[in-house]
Amino acid sequence: MTIAPETVHAAKSSLRWAVSDVLTIARRNMLAIVRIPTALVFSVLQPIMFVLLFRYIFGAGAITVNAPGGYVNYLIPGIIVQTTIFGAVGTAIGLAEDLQRGLIERFRALPMARMAVLAGRTVSDLGRNILVLVIITLVGFAVGFRPHGGVVNYIFACLITLLFAYCLSWGFAYVGLAAPNSEAAQAMTFPLIFPLTFASGIFVQVSSMPGWLQPFATYQPVSEVTKAVRYLMDGANPLVPSAGNSIWVAILWSVGLIALLGPLATAKYKKVA
Amino acid sequence: MSDFAVEAHAIVRTFNDGDVQALKGVSLQVPRGEVFGLLGPNGSGKTTMVRILSTILSPTSGSATVDGFDVVKHPDEVRRRIGLAGQYATVDENLTGLENLRMIGSLNHLEKSYVIARAKELLGEFGLSDAANRNVKTYSGGMRRRLDLGAALVANPPILFLDEPTTGLDPQSRQDLWTIIENLVEGGTTVLLTTQYLEEADRLCKQLVVLDKGAIIAEGTSQELKTRLGATVLSLTFHTTGDAARGVELIRSVSAKPANVEGTVVELTVEGGPAAAADALRRLDAAAITLAGLTLREPSLDDVFLSLTGHKTEDETAPNSDVVTTKRKARAQ
Repeated sequence: MTIAPETVHAAKSSLRWAVSDVLTIARRNMLAIVRIPTALVFSVLQPIMFVLLFRYIFGAGAITVNAPGGYVNYLIPGIIVQTTIFGAVGTAIGLAEDLQRGLIERFRALPMARMAVLAGRTVSDLGRNILVLVIITLVGFAVGFRPHGGVVNYIFACLITLLFAYCLSWGFAYVGLAAPNSEAAQAMTFPLIFPLTFASGIFVQVSSMPGWLQPFATYQPVSEVTKAVRYLMDGANPLVPSAGNSIWVAILWSVGLIALLGPLATAKYKKVA
Repeated sequence: MSDFAVEAHAIVRTFNDGDVQALKGVSLQVPRGEVFGLLGPNGSGKTTMVRILSTILSPTSGSATVDGFDVVKHPDEVRRRIGLAGQYATVDENLTGLENLRMIGSLNHLEKSYVIARAKELLGEFGLSDAANRNVKTYSGGMRRRLDLGAALVANPPILFLDEPTTGLDPQSRQDLWTIIENLVEGGTTVLLTTQYLEEADRLCKQLVVLDKGAIIAEGTSQELKTRLGATVLSLTFHTTGDAARGVELIRSVSAKPANVEGTVVELTVEGGPAAAADALRRLDAAAITLAGLTLREPSLDDVFLSLTGHKTEDETAPNSDVVTTKRKARAQ
């Protein structure tokens, strides 16, 4: 032991250390995404499959929408919202796994910021979502997506998507912490994920759904976010209907969700970890 | 500052709203610069004790200090002074060995340049230099334990908690870890170690306490415990259970401790093994009882438990009569 420990504890404020801890955990999670083949398939390949599935199989005639630019211009903004929300499943699985393996317990014996495990997980999933958005954008353009909203609006749309997915991921963090293991965590997310993404305006127009489903499908947050994203991405096209207040509604939903789900997940974390 | 690296006073911990009492008032004092052993079978409360001392769990009642800091009131001060490693080597499988150490170093809030130097130093010391840039997924069990221990040492903590560090390891890996632990203590580190192995406690620990069902049933140096226990176990295998029943009456007086009979096998804790064995053989020969087998062996944790509590470590029921169990317990306390 040649180096004295007293000299090496770096002097930073506790807030800066907390940020450093979050980034350390986030970096570690990102590395896992790259190194576990199944995780990589889950986060990257699956969204591409969805694009191809809806563009060339369901979208080749089975689904018709009354939208300018054809179905592909309707689909890609929706897929962007859908894949970022599906990403939250990874938040639940990752936390359940860390808990199961005792890593979170080990972290508890370190002088790190306690919340860094939770925050680091949601931040790394945000990072993965950014990667997925870039990929979907590229794949989208390759299959014929031609938005008219301009670059600035496109980026704004992506930011709204990321904000909403990030806020929602705290709810899935709660699921991951409540689940007995990672398999259960995955199973528990499906009853949440499917109604949110499929009973929405992501793939089809809500007006084509049965009447009893339409109120939910119209006003649930994912539909609002999708409307906002679609309007921003393709809004310069004069044929795209106005999104009304969707942009504000999407942001309000995001803020509301994290105000509710953040403390919920935090409380759960304190209880189990 | 206190002479003791770790002090615990009447620690009680219950689970499930008091239904399960994992610790029933455990007090201990760990002197600085030596290995202190917490010996006990599965479920005796060893791990719960370590989790409390390393601030992972809070005690239901009682208090504890580590390096003078209260584990409940000043957990961060405690965390800066301890390292924790153990049976469930909680290293990250998806990272390399080096990345694991760097992550723990960073979460210990150490300078980056120091962490890199320290990580390389530790990987070298623990024979992991060649595997430093390989994913931990490819590591053997022994390598994982060494890396886990390395992670606990990145911050160079004065106090180390090792929770069953060698459980499930092959003999060579176990030897390697023992040597590492001995070197650490030579360098001034205090180690609190839990183990199920008497051999391990005997080799490493200056002082130890024996835990059973959440309470300390014996404490002292390992020599003191062994003397109390008797040095050797004489194990006799008879041809029939009838022979065993007759035989045990004849040889009972060879040992001051009660005999343990299981089927055709009779076990006695004896002092002066060979002489006791010869004595037993003479008595059996005189009664014309022949043996299927005879062995003399070092006492195991099972034997310690049998001797101290009257029950074995694995099963909860006492092999001898309840009277013996109660007497043994009374003596142990």
